[in-house]
Amino acid sequence: MVESPNDPVVAIFGASSGMAFSVARIYAQKHARLFLIARDKQKLNDIERDLKARGASEVQSLVADLGSAFGARAATELLRQRTTHVDVVIIASGILGDTEQLLSDPKACEDLFNVNVQAPIAISNSILPLLLQQKSGVLAIFSSVAGDRGRASNFVYGASKAALTAYASGLRARLSESGVQVLTIKPGIVATAMTAHLPRGPLTANPEAVAKRIVQAIEKRKDTLYAPGFWRWVMAVITHLPEFIFKRLRF
Amino acid sequence: MKPTQSWGGMKGRESRQEPVYWKQDLHAALLRDTQFLCYGQGRSYGDSCLPSGGTALLMSPLNKLQNFDAQTGLIKAEAGLSFEALLDFIVPHGWFVPVTPGTKYVTLGGAIANDIHGKNHHKRGTIGCHVQELEVLRSNGETITCSPTREAEFFAATVGGLGLTGVITVCTLQLIPIASAFMDAETIKTTGLDDFFTLEDESARDWEYSMSWIDCMAHGKKRGRGIFFRGNHAKNGDPAAEFTEQAKWKVAVPFQAPSWILNRWSIRAFNELYYQQQQTRVKKGRMPLDPFFYPLDKILHWNRMYGQHGLLQYQFVLDSKRQQELTEIFDIIAQSGMGSFLAVLKKFGDIRSPGMLSFPRDGYTLTLDFQNQGPRSEALFKKLDAIVLRAGGRLYPAKDAMMSPELFQSGYPLWREFSRFVDPKFTSQFWQRVSRG
Ligand SMILES: Cc1cc2nc3c(=O)[nH]c(=O)nc-3n(C[C@H](O)[C@H](O)[C@H](O)COP(=O)(O)OP(=O)(O)OC[C@H]3O[C@@H](n4cnc5c(N)ncnc54)[C@H](O)[C@@H]3O)c2cc1C
Repeated sequence: MVESPNDPVVAIFGASSGMAFSVARIYAQKHARLFLIARDKQKLNDIERDLKARGASEVQSLVADLGSAFGARAATELLRQRTTHVDVVIIASGILGDTEQLLSDPKACEDLFNVNVQAPIAISNSILPLLLQQKSGVLAIFSSVAGDRGRASNFVYGASKAALTAYASGLRARLSESGVQVLTIKPGIVATAMTAHLPRGPLTANPEAVAKRIVQAIEKRKDTLYAPGFWRWVMAVITHLPEFIFKRLRF
Repeated sequence: MKPTQSWGGMKGRESRQEPVYWKQDLHAALLRDTQFLCYGQGRSYGDSCLPSGGTALLMSPLNKLQNFDAQTGLIKAEAGLSFEALLDFIVPHGWFVPVTPGTKYVTLGGAIANDIHGKNHHKRGTIGCHVQELEVLRSNGETITCSPTREAEFFAATVGGLGLTGVITVCTLQLIPIASAFMDAETIKTTGLDDFFTLEDESARDWEYSMSWIDCMAHGKKRGRGIFFRGNHAKNGDPAAEFTEQAKWKVAVPFQAPSWILNRWSIRAFNELYYQQQQTRVKKGRMPLDPFFYPLDKILHWNRMYGQHGLLQYQFVLDSKRQQELTEIFDIIAQSGMGSFLAVLKKFGDIRSPGMLSFPRDGYTLTLDFQNQGPRSEALFKKLDAIVLRAGGRLYPAKDAMMSPELFQSGYPLWREFSRFVDPKFTSQFWQRVSRG
């Protein structure tokens, strides 16, 4: 494959997550130059081969630990050494956690906030100078519908995603005149390894369909994407339920 | 813990369901438990895809490509990749799978484990004929890389090996080139089996795909009448553009399940109608890929229309000299009154199947599906079994739910040799049933 200067440059933090990988596959077919950042070398190798076979004009894997702000900054530094330009930055690293364990094990709770909040914010903060200097690019941050309102079943995870949602919306406002776009992605339940232990219901979406919508939202420079789209309406209802009703709904 | 289910609606024993996302996760899983079976998309009808307890390794998330050469059409991919996803990727590049079953919701691993055949058996043999290499992970942690020339015996056991020789993790497949995403197709109304025999022989040279739908309720003079289908990939076109167009139609025109399937008012009426709808003897046309290869896929869970007892398929192959027995079988079915919506007749060619337990071999193969009516179905199948056994034929494990150990062992004389290659931690309900005695 011959690289052309018009091939989009896409950097993906947490590239081994199911949704991020599906997004990467779409970009590979558009002959993108891809930078993949994740912890597991073997997984990165497998993904890299797939994306190359699908037509990516270049794939580089960067092994990094996205489990802390420190690791995340180091990862961003690695990326900046490899490229001086980036069109799309996707921050997809995150963990779901088990609410019971998160409540009883302070270390687990801290880890979750490190991975889900500290690291993504650190990545974003440290890639920002490059984006501002370019005056272009999209920063796509994976939050979740779970961040719209705390639910009895997964509110610690929800709290971490709420932090990201707030961060992203504030950053978007701040960057509104800069040429840089911030996209908040709010998926519902998607059938990936992260949710493999949960029952698959009619609301479970497949990652390929969600990925298509994400790429569209990036191209159209949208602010917030609910994926699948019906979640926008579901969450509109849920966030408006009065507390005295909501607290009895143990869903 | 829950039971896995097969396409015919058969429920397995309870097993742990473990989706496999990464090759390296398999190693840990295989150490942990004591009994396994891989599960692709469960498009096998009977119990050959049902684990007998232990862990069902759900293979479809393991679907990454490893290599694709757009010049030579050689593709290397993880075994959970579906034909659907594969075609979405290769057709725009001008390639097609060398052999495909009547549904695209199967995985590469599942297709190889059953050494599937298509409407082009006379031209290309089975899928196994086009497999260049396999990586198989055994429960002792060993990976065996095999091909027709390397670890050839193990390769012959694994192709068509019903998932019993270990986990197929990676497959290398030679694709066939296409110049268009359209098919040039012909349908011919036939008057009886002799007509079919002649048409198969006449089409074998110039037509890549051929098979026939038979009205198996018709008897007497009408016995064996049906519609003969044949097709070739169109010669000129632009696969990428045409395929994108075809994908758009799919979204634009959602298919309605025809009422004949939903109502089941009469198989006889359906068969009569289906036969009579074609006015002229020959119809020619240009068709997109999906309706040509996968007409049933439009109705996603059509198997459920057979009610809660599910459906049974029955597919056998008989030597081409056994036309007499074939006729006998049609008579028994017509008399039984149990009928079948789908009776598909095809002549296999003489390309040798590479697997020890591969089903296809030179001769006629007939596929029937019946609503599961318990003892009535069993009685009918027993009668058919007796003829197949007497004629030295065999049944297709992918479609079977009740053949006897005797019939299996006589149909697959290499089964004992094969069993030397079975992984000690792998078994299926099918295998436990037919390898007895
Ligand atoms: C509508 C329809 C039409 C069909 N038409 C045809 C046809 O024309 N010709 C034909 O030959 N068949 C046909 N079939 C049958 C179908 O092609 C086979 O049953 C196929 O093997 C199903 O693939 P699967 O991925 O769903 O595998 P499953 O049914 O889930 O499993 C099949 C076997 O493969 C094994 N297996 C699966 N993955 C692996 C792996 N990675 N490693 C090792 N073993 C594995 C399983 O253990 C099992 O033994 C048809 C089925 C349907 C529903």
